[in-house]
This record gives sequence, C-alpha cells and structure tokens, in this order.
Amino acid sequence: MTSSLSPIHLAIALDGTGWHPGSWRQPHSRAAEVFSGAYWTDLAREAEHGLVDFVTIEDSFTVQGASPLDPTPVPGGGRLRGRLDASLLASFVATRTEHIGLVPTITTTHTEPFHVSKNLATLDHVSNGRGGWRVQVSGRPGEAEHFGRRRIPGFFDPEASSEEKSARVNELFDEAADVVEVVRQLWDSWEDGAEIRDSATGRFIDRDKLHYIDFEGDFFSVRGPSITPRPPQGQPVVTALGHATIPYELAARGADVLFVTPHDDDSAARILGEVRDAEARVRADETPLLVFADLEVVLDTPEASGAQRLTALDEAAGQEFASDALIVTGSVTELAALIGRWQALGYGGFRLRPAEHAVDLPLITGSLVPLLQEAGAFRTAYDQTTLRDRLGLPLAANRHATAS
Amino acid sequence: MPKQVILGAHFPGVNNTTVWSDPRSGSHIEFESFRRFAQAAERGRFDFLFLAEGLALREQRGHIHDLDVVGRPDTLPVLAALAGVTEHLGLVGTINATFNEPYELARQFATLDLLSQGRAGWNVVTSSDAFTGANFRRGGYLPREQRYARAQSQVTANRHLWDSWGQDAVVADREAGRFTDGPAGEFAYASEFFDIHGTFNTPRPPQGHPVIFQAGDSEDGREFAARTADAIFTGHGSGDDGRAFYRDIKRRLACYGRRPEDLKILPAATFIVGGTDDEAHRISDEVRRQQVSGQTALLILERIWNRDLRDYDPDGPLPDIEPETQPGTLIQGRVQHVKDPAAEVARLRELARDKNLSLREVAIEISARQNFVGSPETIADALIDAVETGVSDGYILVPHITPGGLDDFVDQVVPILTERGALRSEYAEGSTLRDHLALGAARPATDWEAGSAAGQADLSGHESASHDLPSHDLTEQKESA
Ligand SMILES: Cc1cc2nc3c(=O)[nH]c(=O)nc-3n(C[C@H](O)[C@H](O)[C@H](O)COP(=O)(O)O)c2cc1C
Repeated sequence: MTSSLSPIHLAIALDGTGWHPGSWRQPHSRAAEVFSGAYWTDLAREAEHGLVDFVTIEDSFTVQGASPLDPTPVPGGGRLRGRLDASLLASFVATRTEHIGLVPTITTTHTEPFHVSKNLATLDHVSNGRGGWRVQVSGRPGEAEHFGRRRIPGFFDPEASSEEKSARVNELFDEAADVVEVVRQLWDSWEDGAEIRDSATGRFIDRDKLHYIDFEGDFFSVRGPSITPRPPQGQPVVTALGHATIPYELAARGADVLFVTPHDDDSAARILGEVRDAEARVRADETPLLVFADLEVVLDTPEASGAQRLTALDEAAGQEFASDALIVTGSVTELAALIGRWQALGYGGFRLRPAEHAVDLPLITGSLVPLLQEAGAFRTAYDQTTLRDRLGLPLAANRHATAS
Repeated sequence: MPKQVILGAHFPGVNNTTVWSDPRSGSHIEFESFRRFAQAAERGRFDFLFLAEGLALREQRGHIHDLDVVGRPDTLPVLAALAGVTEHLGLVGTINATFNEPYELARQFATLDLLSQGRAGWNVVTSSDAFTGANFRRGGYLPREQRYARAQSQVTANRHLWDSWGQDAVVADREAGRFTDGPAGEFAYASEFFDIHGTFNTPRPPQGHPVIFQAGDSEDGREFAARTADAIFTGHGSGDDGRAFYRDIKRRLACYGRRPEDLKILPAATFIVGGTDDEAHRISDEVRRQQVSGQTALLILERIWNRDLRDYDPDGPLPDIEPETQPGTLIQGRVQHVKDPAAEVARLRELARDKNLSLREVAIEISARQNFVGSPETIADALIDAVETGVSDGYILVPHITPGGLDDFVDQVVPILTERGALRSEYAEGSTLRDHLALGAARPATDWEAGSAAGQADLSGHESASHDLPSHDLTEQKESA
C-alpha cells in the first residue's frame, strides 16, 4: 500500500460471537459466555488495545435471524440465540475501559424517545464522553407483536404492493427522524452550567437554563425537559446504517456518522455520491456526514486462508453466508489496500464486522492496525478526548445557549 | 443471636433531605459519586443499593422546582455500570410500571441480572399523571384506579418473559451444533393491558426473577405488594406506626398463600451518627436547619396549604389564610402526602402558638427528625430493636450528604451490628440479592397467577377485615376518586 494515506477512523461491529452464524461453533468462540459481562469486557478491551475509535453493539427486540440479510428466526436450537440489552451492556463496559467509544444499537420504533435520550445521556456520563447511538428502525411484524401496541404490516410481507411497502418504510423512517430530533433536543434541554448551587439564593439550578422542548409531531409529543443533565459530549455521536436513499436521508437529517455497504469500487463511489446528494437535499448541519464503509472480514490466519475459513464457517452454519455488506476474505494487507482505495474515494472510516470475534478481532488489532500505522494512516495512541473529538466532530453547541 | 437487619443504601435523591450546600456535597450526576457510594455500601456489607426515579422534573407554582437537587442519570444504565465496579451488592432500581413495556423491561432487568450475576431488583412504582405522561407516547395515560392493575399485569408479563427460557436453556454445545436446548423464548401473554406473543431474546436471569420491590401506601398499593412483591419500601419506619404497617402487610400475605417471611418490610431511614448521643442531636438540629431554608419552608407549607405562599415572610407567623382543599396543579411530579389539609393546618397553628414559632421554625419542626440519631451504639441498638420488635425487617438508609454520607455509618455502626450478629461478617460466596434477603427461589409466573387467583377468591372476606386500617388510607382513596 502507499504511504500517503491520511488518518482514517476504525470501528468494530460486535455481535454475538461474530457476524458469521457459524462462528459460535468454532473452537475459541466462548459461545457459552456471550451473556456475561466478562466476555464483552474482553472484546472491548481487545478493540481498545488496537486503538480503534469505537465499537458498535448490535441489538434488536427479537432473536437473531438467519443472516444479516434475513431476519427470519431459524427454528431449532442450532443457532446462537439471545442478546443482552446493548445500551446497558455499553454502560457496564464503560466502567472497564478507558478510551474506546461505545455505540449501542437502539431501535426507534418500539421505544420511548424520552427513555432513549436519558439512557444515552447516562452512558455518556458513565463513560466520560465516549457514548454514541446506532439508530435502528424495526419493520418486523414479529417485533411489533412483542409489544402489542401497533401493527407493522407490509414491510417484509411478500403479498404487499411495492407502494404499500415504500409508504410503510417512509413512515418508519419519518418516525425515526422525529425520535432522533427529540432525543437531541432533550440532550440540549439542560444548558451546561445549569447547576449553580447558589447558597445565597438557595437555588440548586438556574431554571432559566432548563428548557421545555414541547415537541409535537405526527407520531408522538414530548414536553421535556430531560430529567438528566446534558451529557459531557453535549450531543453523543449519532450513527445509522443505510442501504438506500431513505435511510441516507434519515442519516443526513439527524446523524453524525453513516455506515454504508458498498460491494466494489464502483458502488463505493456511487453510494458516496448518493449520500452527498441526500445531504444536499435535507441536511441542516454544516458538518458533512462522516461516512464509514461496512465490511465483513474473514482474514487469513497462519493455518488457513480467509476463503478456507469462510467455507468451514459456512459448513458449521449449514448455509452459505449472505450479507448486506461486502465479505472480504484475504490477508490484512489486502484489506488495508481496499481501505486505502476507498479512503481515496472519500470514505472517512471503516466499520469492520469480524466474522469470528475470537479470530478476526485480534487480527484487526494485532496486524491490520500496525500496518495502517506504518502507513501513517492510523493513530499510534489515544488522546484524552471525547468520541466526538476523536471523530473530528465539532464541539456541540447547545441550541439554547446564549452567546456570552 | 438477633434477627438479621436488612440494610439498603439509598443514593440521595431530589428532595430537601440532601444538604447540597455542604462543602462535602459532591455531584449527583457524575458516575464517580455513584461508584464511591456503592463501594461504601459494599464495604459495609449492605444488602443492596437503591435508586429512586422521577420521570418529570418537579414543578411548583408553574416553575421547575429549583431549591433541591434537580436532575439525575437514568436508573438502569447507572445500575449496569455499578455492576461493573461492585461484586456483591444488590442493585435495585425504581422503574415505572405505567410508561414502560414488558418486552423491553424484562430484557433490561434480565441483562442487569446477568451482568451482575444475580444482583438485580426492581422497585415497581405506579406514579402516573398527565404531567408525567406529557413526556411519553401515551400522554396522560391511565386513571389512578387502574395503575396497580397495570402494574400487576406488567410484573406478571415480565415474569412470563423471564420464564420463557429454561434455566439451562443455553447449552452452547459446539460439537453437536446445539446452542439452546428446550424452551428458549416462546411466550404469549394477554390481559386487559397487554396482548403480546412471540420469542423473548434474553436468557433467564440468574435469580430466575429479579427481586420485586413495591413503594406506595394506598390500599391498592398494599394489596399489590402482598400479592406480588418480595420487599416493600415504605415511609412507615418507627414505633407503633411502623408496627401497625408491618402487621397490616404481613397479615395480607396469607390470602395469597404466602408466608410472612416472603415479603420484607424496609422503611426509609435517615440517620445522624455522633460521637455521643448529645453530639448527634446537636448535629441533627443543625442538619434540619440546613435542610429547611426560608424558601424551602414556604414550599413545604405550600404542600399542606396547596396555595401559593410566596408572599409570606419565612421569619414571620404562619399564613393566616385557609388551605385549598380541592386538588390543584400547584405541585406537580411529587407524591401528595397530606391527607387532611384543614386538620393539619389547625395542628400547625396550635404548634406555632404553643412554642412561639415562626413559619420557618414550624417547617423545621414538622420536617421529620432523622429516624436514627445517636452514638454508634445507640443506633445499632435501635436498629436491632426495631427488627426484633416487628417494626421492620431492616432499613433503607438515606444519607443527607452525597456521596460520602454513608461512611460514618459503615465505619462506626456496621462493626457493632456485625459483632452483635445482626449483619453478615462477609458476603456468602456467589450469593445473589435473593440470597442476601433470605428469599426463596423465584416461583414461576403461573404459580403467582394461581396464588393471586386464590387471593382474589378470598378477597371478600379479607376486605371486611381491612376496615380496621388506619382511616387515612381510606380517606386518601376517596380524595383521589
Ligand atoms: C417510600 C416511597 C418511595 C417512593 N419512591 C418513588 C420513586 O422513586 N419514584 C416514583 O415514581 N414513585 C415513588 N413512590 C410513589 C409510589 O410508587 C406510588 O406511585 C405512590 O406512592 C402512590 O401510590 P399509592 O397510592 O399506593 O400510595 C414512592 C412511594 C413511597 C411510599
């Protein structure tokens, strides 16, 4: 690879024992420990050891589907099944790590925006400014039945017309945009310095620095203010994964970071163009989206090539791995070359999904990262900063703050 | 050997118990305060730490209340983080039953229980009013009479979800390719409040079910506790009042096929530890003055008068106007404790006359004296005595300083309790919160439902027996109807 790279951002996407459904059956998977704090602590520390920007933690209100492309649960007991709540896990892991950003997934479809806002604000307090959020929309009828409050028809329904489907998708994403907006407004509903502890007047807070948000939208209304003071980052980092125009627009409206899934150099360029178009249409924020490419990684080891490992994993899962993202099999050198090419196209970062946590995560931290460092493309130490700072996002000014 | 005194540590909350003006008073938000507080409780081998919750900032006179600590971090993420820095301490969180849904709550508590290896507890509260509802999708949801019915159904739904995975469902047999064996998540539950079915996605918590607490004093609240809870957090903490409450609750259990020891009664308790009893009382008087500034005194009396009193001089006499007896919106987001304002005002006027007290002095006088004031020996004796004489099964201590307010108790009172055999000398290896509290294994949801049905069948007889309850409970019910 060339040595002219400018620094990139790296994230690791954590999910179960890894993204390949056959990963839990591999020798060092620690499959019996996936519901323990120790397991997740070790993963986050390994990622921190590799100086990566942040980890994301997958989550959903249902059991795992057959693959990232197919949410239908697999009957029988042959698949890794079950999850810990990602946001609570992130707050737990925050106490056992020092630098790494922690970005849990929380859906906007079945949750209360008020709860989501204070939950993430608290993660940010607990982690001293390392918190983020991967916004997710849930269009699965099964998840709706777990809540019994609304019907979600027509999203995955093969009978539904394409108009019905896209109306449904639009509605879920419009709602998500409102949720993001409310969560952000609640984060700003306390100005910094609202706590004054003024003994002379007996006032603990200056209530003029607290604000009702009085949000009223098509889906819900929220009065505010939050019960939780403004998080250390002001605005924790909001991320979203998108595969098409509607989610690109959601991200452009409300997110800081967008994960996309190009499959080759051409689509990498085209997708970035679509994202920038979406931004031109709907983004109010002056800072452009920081766009990460998602990659499934199955890396070469001394014992087996990535391709051989993928075959073995497919056999263990009893099916060929299918993913929304490009599946990269090969050496870390090849992966670094791909990263270099796409960075040149304008990608700011890469979210790597290890096929097997036990194998691919240490290869990323132990081999890929040094390679990128040698090329001057990756940090060699953490600064004492918040996640926003690390990602180069500007200081989040409070919308209510009066210029002093 | 005396009975064990159960000890909870209440992280100080958003009321005037907390003396935030004290130079030792630290942040109520930074995690470091929570860590320090929890580690003190664990050093004292407490049973659990307790967090309260309020889902809307309090208002008085149409403004956000600003005289006490305002704001707190979210309950469950704080407890999850505390699971990362403690080993034995139970972690009990107050979570509203009205503005949450079972699937999400059940996995949050299962997660907390898994992360803490069996230390999770849920204090089920029902506060619900249009004011709080304005922060949620449902808005001002549910009339008061229905709140405990929903809470009951909420807990039952959660239990079904926790039961949906067998204790040994996760086998993770790599060779055979079996991750789960037997039931792993299938559930269905329908009631007046919920109609849910599908697959639950978090394995069974180590305790089976987290420990269920209840806080709330009405007839419905007490009945809910007797039917459903493992512990009650109550304000009835001393003397005959405590004993009457204790008897009343324990008596109700039989209706649901439960034994007296199946439900622990744990009043809130404030305390002042001094070198001597005299010193403790001096400190106590000083702390009470700090807790009730002139402005706070006006607000305390507004809660009784239910009127705007801001034009009165705290150092002058009591207001000469009569209290407003119709419910109003002067005070929002706070539990109303005054049951008969007219009688209470008459009592205060008499008090002021007899002792020649100013408005603020009356407020100080009626702000409860700390429950336990004295030398370490005096406090240890009083705690042991309360538990021996059926006032309570232990206490949830509420210090007035954050985060160091527990330290004197831990360093001076705990050793005496331990020496007298009223408190463990170390945590039992692998002990869960359920074990700390000497509660039995979690009973399955279906078992609770059967027990409740038996209790309901019995209820006609039980209700006539409950007419001897202190009359204010009945009054309160009527007032809110
Ligand atoms: C000691 C005590 C502590 C309470 N703590 C809380 C709390 O932290 N958050 C909350 O929303 N409600 C709290 N409550 C309110 C109760 O959940 C309940 O809503 C209220 O007491 C009214 O119910 P009741 O009519 O049964 O008394 C508390 C009540 C008591 C008695």
